[in-house]
Amino acid sequence: MEYFIQQSINGLTLGSIYGLIAIGYTMVYGIIGMINFAHGDVFMLGAFMAMIVFLALTTFIGGVPVVLALLLMMLVAMLLTGLWSWTIERLAYRPLRGSFRLAPLITAIGMSIALSNFVQVTQGPRNKPIPPLVNGGVTIYGTGITIAYKQMVIVIVTAILLAAFWYLVNRTTLGRAQRSCEQDRKMAALLGIDVDKTISMTFVMGAMLAAVAGTLYLMFYGVISFTDGFTPGVKAFTAAVLGGIGSLPGAVVGGLLIGLIEALWSAYFSIDYKDVAAFSILAIVLIFLPSGILGRPEVEKV
Amino acid sequence: MVSEVRNNPSPVLRVEHLSMKFGGLVAINDLNFEAKRGAITALIGPNGAGKTTVFNCITGFYKPTEGMLTMTRQNGEEYLLERMADFVITKKAKVARTFQNIRLFSGLTVLENLLVAQHNPLMLSSGYTILGLLGFPTYKKAAADAIEKARFWLQKINLVERADDPAGDLPYGAQRRLEIARAMCTDPELLCLDEPAAGLNARESAELNQLLLSIREETGTSIILIEHDMSVVMEISDHVIVLEYGTKISDGTPETVKNDPKVIAAYLGVEDEEVVELIEHAAATGSDDITAAVDLLSTEAIQEITETQAEVPVAAKAKTAAKPAAPAIKAGATANALAAPREGESDDLTLIKGIGPVNARRLNEHGIFHFDQIAAWKKADVTAAEAYLAFDGRIAREDWIGQAKKLAKESQGKPAAKKTGGAK
Amino acid sequence: MADIQSSGQDSVYAKAAKEAVFAGIIAFGLFFLVVGFRTDQNINNELVLVQRWGLLAIFVAVAAIGRFIFAAFITPSREQAKLAKSKAPAAAKVDRRSLKAAVSRFGLALLFIYPFVVILILALIQFAVTGQWSFQSGVQGSLKYVDNFGIQILIYVMLAWGLNIVVGLAGLLDLGYVAFYAVGAYSYALLSAHFGLSFWLLLPMAGIFAAMWGIVLGFPVLRLRGDYLAIVTLAFGEIIRLVLINWTVVTKGTFGISGIAKATLFGIPFTPGPTGFAAMFGLPNSGVYYKIFLYYLILFLALLTAWVTIRLRRMPIGRAWEALREDEIACRSLGINTTTTKLTAFATGAMFGGFAGSFFAARQGFVSPESFVFLESAIILAIVVLGGMGSLIGIAIAAAVMIGGTELLRELEFLKLIFGNDFTPELYRMLLFGLAMIVVMVWKPRGFVGNREPSAFLHERKMISSEFTKEGHG
Ligand SMILES: Nc1ncnc2c1ncn2[C@@H]1O[C@H](COP(=O)(O)OP(=O)(O)OP(=O)(O)O)[C@@H](O)[C@H]1O
Ligand SMILES: [Mg+2]
Repeated sequence: MEYFIQQSINGLTLGSIYGLIAIGYTMVYGIIGMINFAHGDVFMLGAFMAMIVFLALTTFIGGVPVVLALLLMMLVAMLLTGLWSWTIERLAYRPLRGSFRLAPLITAIGMSIALSNFVQVTQGPRNKPIPPLVNGGVTIYGTGITIAYKQMVIVIVTAILLAAFWYLVNRTTLGRAQRSCEQDRKMAALLGIDVDKTISMTFVMGAMLAAVAGTLYLMFYGVISFTDGFTPGVKAFTAAVLGGIGSLPGAVVGGLLIGLIEALWSAYFSIDYKDVAAFSILAIVLIFLPSGILGRPEVEKV
Repeated sequence: MVSEVRNNPSPVLRVEHLSMKFGGLVAINDLNFEAKRGAITALIGPNGAGKTTVFNCITGFYKPTEGMLTMTRQNGEEYLLERMADFVITKKAKVARTFQNIRLFSGLTVLENLLVAQHNPLMLSSGYTILGLLGFPTYKKAAADAIEKARFWLQKINLVERADDPAGDLPYGAQRRLEIARAMCTDPELLCLDEPAAGLNARESAELNQLLLSIREETGTSIILIEHDMSVVMEISDHVIVLEYGTKISDGTPETVKNDPKVIAAYLGVEDEEVVELIEHAAATGSDDITAAVDLLSTEAIQEITETQAEVPVAAKAKTAAKPAAPAIKAGATANALAAPREGESDDLTLIKGIGPVNARRLNEHGIFHFDQIAAWKKADVTAAEAYLAFDGRIAREDWIGQAKKLAKESQGKPAAKKTGGAK
Repeated sequence: MADIQSSGQDSVYAKAAKEAVFAGIIAFGLFFLVVGFRTDQNINNELVLVQRWGLLAIFVAVAAIGRFIFAAFITPSREQAKLAKSKAPAAAKVDRRSLKAAVSRFGLALLFIYPFVVILILALIQFAVTGQWSFQSGVQGSLKYVDNFGIQILIYVMLAWGLNIVVGLAGLLDLGYVAFYAVGAYSYALLSAHFGLSFWLLLPMAGIFAAMWGIVLGFPVLRLRGDYLAIVTLAFGEIIRLVLINWTVVTKGTFGISGIAKATLFGIPFTPGPTGFAAMFGLPNSGVYYKIFLYYLILFLALLTAWVTIRLRRMPIGRAWEALREDEIACRSLGINTTTTKLTAFATGAMFGGFAGSFFAARQGFVSPESFVFLESAIILAIVVLGGMGSLIGIAIAAAVMIGGTELLRELEFLKLIFGNDFTPELYRMLLFGLAMIVVMVWKPRGFVGNREPSAFLHERKMISSEFTKEGHG
């Protein structure tokens, strides 16, 4: 039982990161119906930014309190990754708006290839290890269950961000504009909503969450490489689909589920096949729930 | 043919206790009806009554919550449609359909659309592709036959010239016809048409009637159609079923249905404009008696039906406009206004589609009492009339003058037959 | 008049300058961290920052100047061109069909003589340089061109034509096509290693296996719609790759399977021995013959794919695929079993993937999971879309441009002379590939050949503009 709980905690931590990335996928999908394949690489870019900020802090300033360092890493990464995402949308996706559906998918794949190779070219192909930022943990009294502080950081940061994000989407003008564009872009435009701007902001918001996820990923694993965009990206996309693509709570639920499946499968069966397990469960769930767990079932109006 | 049909009462489709619920919404509630073989059955009712849903249940796109749908083919085979998958219904039970929002393969050519409809027989003759791939002659022949069949239907719907254009490029009316032809290419025994006349102009609508009648005559296909256009319904259907809120409120020949008070109360085919006029009228006369209003509307609706029915035989004979020799008394704005109706009795102007009681009264106030007056309108008169009726372009659009000419001729032929005497 | 024009010109420049500054600022933001700093490892394996402000300045300058040129010259000239085009009377319609026919005939002929053209050209160059007429050296030198360009491109042409059946015709978005390529390759590798079966037996078997996998994988998921199908196919692609990596007992994991038997020319092996091809035909020993043989083999396989595709399009099944792409509900209303129709598309596509896979194994003599990553699926899909969905010629052109282009980038060794020996042009290959995908797609969203050729006609065969064709949602 202890082992199970321990593994579940690990799974939820990982799942939080997936969930943060998945929101970016699901929001973009919801609003323009496009799979943003470059999102995983945007996440990777965010982690790189955080890493460079960390190095810059240690090189130029020296000892900075961990909390401050983390905050700075997150903020700078969010800002610049948001800018990247804005630019990407502007250059590669917006010209294809209203064009046929596969065109932006292909530019997104092209962008994914270009981004990871760009990072490889500019930062080198090697893994980038950083010293551990947050050490230690607490053991729950009377049990063998340990929760590392860095796990706590991940869960807490995710929770705070999700709350803020929920507020943004449900209680602000921008969120209302987003939701209306999701329902009917043409109508929203007719009612005076700046659709292009709303879509841009959606990309920026998704990228910001991905940047936070990247920072947390870097903090948790202590290493990042230019190839690290793909697997978490695909997992997060899987999570978004599992939860029901287009649904924000679905993305979080899907992320947590994928994290749990991975952790538990590794713990009880085989670590080699953890990804196989995650993907298989996706396929099985979709066979029974064709629009994911929380997705609105697609009514086939005839 | 028709008489033979009428003598043969075996229904092609029997719908029993059909119910369909979407969550809490009851779209169809315990519906029972029969469609006679070789007959044209019309399914009418206000928007959202559940007509399309009935079609979706018949063609297997929705699984009904309850009920039994029995299709009896000409060879006597019976199929329980509610148990069959949608494509099997077309393939085995020989039910074909069209859609309310046209669903053509817009990127395929007109011809290809008709070839896709012949998929199943062609699949067989191509030996499930394998023999066809190897170039066996059976497939070549079948393919040529398929093209001939397509050509036949293209001729029927008058689209041979456009056979090689993408279906998405056709004008709306042609798309509707193509959809019907495509459904016919599956060799159906029951053809379900969902609002085939929607969006068609008067001429196209008349052509559609001819097409449907000839389909029925030549192929013996039974037809169920959903339609809002009463001229189509009343002219061609043998049997009418009226739905409201998922429940059948009337069922019978067009005659019985149109006199059914329940149907009349359901505002049979009343146009919104007329409702507005009615409200205006009520406000003007200061009466707030709603039953009177309903009465008025239903009379109008029935008149409209009788008018459209009466219109058809006349339309069949080509005719020239009757030249009225009414003295032009300058009153109001139109050139041929009269001070008072001839013989003290005015024609019922509301027989003209587009003229409601309010407008009839306004026209009377401006010295227009007779059909022949309207029939003789010149362009300037139309503009003038439009000015005081606060209409723009409607007179031309609804072809008041043409309608008036017909009515004028008619009332000359059988005087006093149609004179109901002003608005009630 | 002239005044107005020049002031208009000035305002264009002013606007362009403003945009250039904006672009410069954005570029600074984008590249400040990732280009301004490089992270290197020191002797203790710790990361240290290296500052590269010069490079950052170059990036910013390039962005600003590029934006200026774009806004000041390219956009106005494009607008003028557009204006001129709209003013000009409808230009005489080029007979596109006969042009297309000519292109395809010429292309086909070129494909058939390509190895010999290469040999001839190389021999001529040799002759020009040394004055020696040495045919043999041309033969040796051609190896690279036949292999890296000819065979490599044709493999992708074949794969893309195979995927075109699924995506271009049936409108099913398959992001895991490489799985079937892998199934084909591993079927060949394993069966030939364990049972010593010959290439000609294993080629069809590999296709059948791949098709069977297509059915097995497709059956449960083909009722999914749109992007749900896309992610599940992607997942299947990944599952197969992960199984290949982890099922080491059978697949030898990441080590891969090596020493796979080569293909033979109907029993004649391409070995140096006395029974080999060279000896039999009295030719000097060389690896080139095998390459040329492989070239014709893949050419044959690719053309087979094309032939089958063309035939199938005129069959009821092919029409049903395209109808499915246009409107699935209407298909069902016409009595078409959409599940089996989708499955046959999936299986047919998979089968050609399997053929290509077994060819790949025979060519490399080595297979490992490395060759079957998602990137391959993405590249194949990109070729299909860039070429124009459904158009065989467009796809072939796209494959030649994209794959040939990236192969060309391998040849840019001379750039070392400019940028110094540390410069590895290899590194930039995929970066440029990705950027090219974006540029081409933005430039031609419907691909090189967007028009659709009808499968039957009554009076004349008219091309159907891409504005009418749909792309499917499955
Ligand atoms: N798939 C569905 N899910 C939920 N509700 C549905 C569905 N299909 C139809 N309905 C509802 O069922 C009711 C009947 O709809 P239906 O389309 O059958 O009406 P109709 O008589 O065809 O109307 P119209 O004349 O406007 O075409 C409507 O309230 C509609 O919203
Ligand atoms: Mg309807």
